[in-house]
Amino acid sequence: MTTGLLQPIALTIELATVATIALVIIATPLAWWLARSRAWWKEGIAAVVSLPIVLPPTVIGFYLLVVLGPHGPGGALARLWGAQTLAFTFGGLVVGSVVYSLPFVVQPIRNAFAAVGDRPLEVAATLRASPSRAFFAVALPLASPGLLTGAVLGFAHTVGEFGVVLMIGGAIPGRTAVVSTTIFDYVETGEWGAANALAAGMVVFAFVVILAMIAIEKRFAHRRP
Amino acid sequence: MARRNLLLILAGLLAAAGSPALAGQTQVAVAANFTAPAKEIAAAFKDKTGEEAALSFGASGQFYAQIQQGAPYQVFLSADADRPKAAVDAGLAVADSRFTYAIGKLVLWSKSLDLAKGDETLKANAFAKLSIANPKSAPYGAAAIEAMIKLGVYDPIQPKIVQGASIAQAFEFVDTGNAELGFVALSQLANVTAGSRWLVPAALYAPIRQDAVLLKTAADDEASKAFLAFLKGPEARAIIEKYGYTLE
Repeated sequence: MTTGLLQPIALTIELATVATIALVIIATPLAWWLARSRAWWKEGIAAVVSLPIVLPPTVIGFYLLVVLGPHGPGGALARLWGAQTLAFTFGGLVVGSVVYSLPFVVQPIRNAFAAVGDRPLEVAATLRASPSRAFFAVALPLASPGLLTGAVLGFAHTVGEFGVVLMIGGAIPGRTAVVSTTIFDYVETGEWGAANALAAGMVVFAFVVILAMIAIEKRFAHRRP
Repeated sequence: MARRNLLLILAGLLAAAGSPALAGQTQVAVAANFTAPAKEIAAAFKDKTGEEAALSFGASGQFYAQIQQGAPYQVFLSADADRPKAAVDAGLAVADSRFTYAIGKLVLWSKSLDLAKGDETLKANAFAKLSIANPKSAPYGAAAIEAMIKLGVYDPIQPKIVQGASIAQAFEFVDTGNAELGFVALSQLANVTAGSRWLVPAALYAPIRQDAVLLKTAADDEASKAFLAFLKGPEARAIIEKYGYTLE
């Protein structure tokens, strides 16, 4: 395999790893709140988080281009280190990936927290565990299969991202040219051998991810109440 | 009764899907730089003949790859001469239908920098991002690379280049301010007054001869042939020149 093919693969893995870490950090407290809160407007927040499931990537890409650009908050942030825009940067792709994949991570974690229920937390409270200790020592371990599912889905969904990257990436080798957009470029320019090598790799990857999801499901099935 | 109507509608849809194009309509694949003039020409064509030209816009390379795979286009307006010629050589297009409909001009455009002396702006290199169209699939992108190499600025600028999938996306990157400047087609700026522009001297890049060709699938299609004839005519030529192209 040539370095031409390895570069987008390495970049894609790097992007998916960073995005997954960010996703789990953001999604876990959000999912906890969604699962436990009694606020009447929480389903409104849940709906906002879920928007990327329905919206075409072009809508997300378009708004990200505006938000990350020099006239949006992304541009204001970028000026802190003398840049103009967050578009066309690795950081911009991470932001895009987090927005785009958030519902796929929040949903399984929220379901897992909801399945834990009130009872183990009440028991923890009677044993004088503080709320934060109850969360880290009881709720989080019980919900760990949901976290694992969310992380795998977030990683896979980021790898499979195309439209958003195409719109805010600028196809810079080694920085924003990920596997999915590189396949697009190869197909557009008639380099089908290279396109096929990457595309076949994606098929294998997707197959492994789905098998892993099934394995997680089976492994933890007996823990369900 | 309702069911019978539904069946009739379904049958009609199937019949429509089965035929490559409707009578009196031609499917035209248009290089993205020619978007605005093509729309005007299609409107004038409809006024004059009553026939319709359905336009699709994209990068020339993208269209050529699709045409090789049997995409249902009938006319191909490329941004170069190579791909229409390759289509003829591959037996995908009608040989004697090929002609140059426009000669394109490359422009450097910015909304934040003063480009009164564009070559000096490029040499000064005081910007973060410069957008071009993908040089592998879009001729204007290839011309931009050629011009930068001739100016001797390509190596220092190269890490700052961002690529759009077509010249339309290269334009959009500058328009949204995400790239400070970019190489676009003069035709894209025909209705734009914002920003500063530098017409790239013709000596810096090979002429962008844009060829049109009739695809084999439409060799006998009257609407497609009429559209190509109209494209050669005085009304279309006036529109093409208005957008800053030169003609043969």
